[in-house]
Amino acid sequence: MAITKPRMKVPETAKKGEVIQIKTLIFHDMETGIRKDKKTGKLIPRMIINKFVCSFNGKEVFSANMHRAIAANPYFAFHARVTESGTFDFTWTDDKGETVKASRQIAVT
Amino acid sequence: MTENTNKSALLGRRDVLRAAAAGALAIAGSGLFSRHVLATPETAARALSKLTGGGTAQEGKVFLKLPEIADDGNTVPVTISIDSPMTEANYVKAVHVVAEGNPRPGVVTFNLSPSVGKAVISTRMRLHKTQNVVAAAVMSDGSVYFTKKMVKVTIGGCGG
Repeated sequence: MAITKPRMKVPETAKKGEVIQIKTLIFHDMETGIRKDKKTGKLIPRMIINKFVCSFNGKEVFSANMHRAIAANPYFAFHARVTESGTFDFTWTDDKGETVKASRQIAVT
Repeated sequence: MTENTNKSALLGRRDVLRAAAAGALAIAGSGLFSRHVLATPETAARALSKLTGGGTAQEGKVFLKLPEIADDGNTVPVTISIDSPMTEANYVKAVHVVAEGNPRPGVVTFNLSPSVGKAVISTRMRLHKTQNVVAAAVMSDGSVYFTKKMVKVTIGGCGG
């Protein structure tokens, strides 16, 4: 299953120095590699999103290395302190090396 | 009548054979599953010490918010919060989450920077059975703090 369009929740505006909450969700089966195909009895190969990176104006803020025990449709909620207006870039990478990128703007006053 | 008893004796023998076959299958099955031996607290601890760089971990500063009973092991919400000012001088570098009773202990590693501002992270994880979940935080000065919490799992979330 290819990675689909992610969902992100980032406030549009914030005060300088404010700590904001960011929520992200992406749709993915997160096949663990230890589940068996009920018909053939064979193991279904592992296929998960193993890396998530959030950066702000090109600088990495938060990242996650995922293992098999992250639930399907990986969801993260985390925080970021913003001191200037800019762009949050989000990248998800799966076991095949396929990536999905998305970004959100924030205006800081 | 004698025929009947013979038949039942035969059936009995078949049952025995069947049971033996099932037993053999079970053994073969367990061999197949040996790749997926469940993690134990020891293997989880080893995985964790490898992740945290082998330093001695102290209990505290890390808090896990997990349901006491997870009805569905497929999606168990978890919130990890760490007591840290999150400044350039003192922040949480990494957070590791490990499940002691999953086929593989590793759950997730978060890499944080001072600009995270507040060390509170939520996600959703899979749990195979009732077990302890361990979260460990590596601080910017290299010290390691951890906590563990027991979660009761009604339906395991790791598939066949």
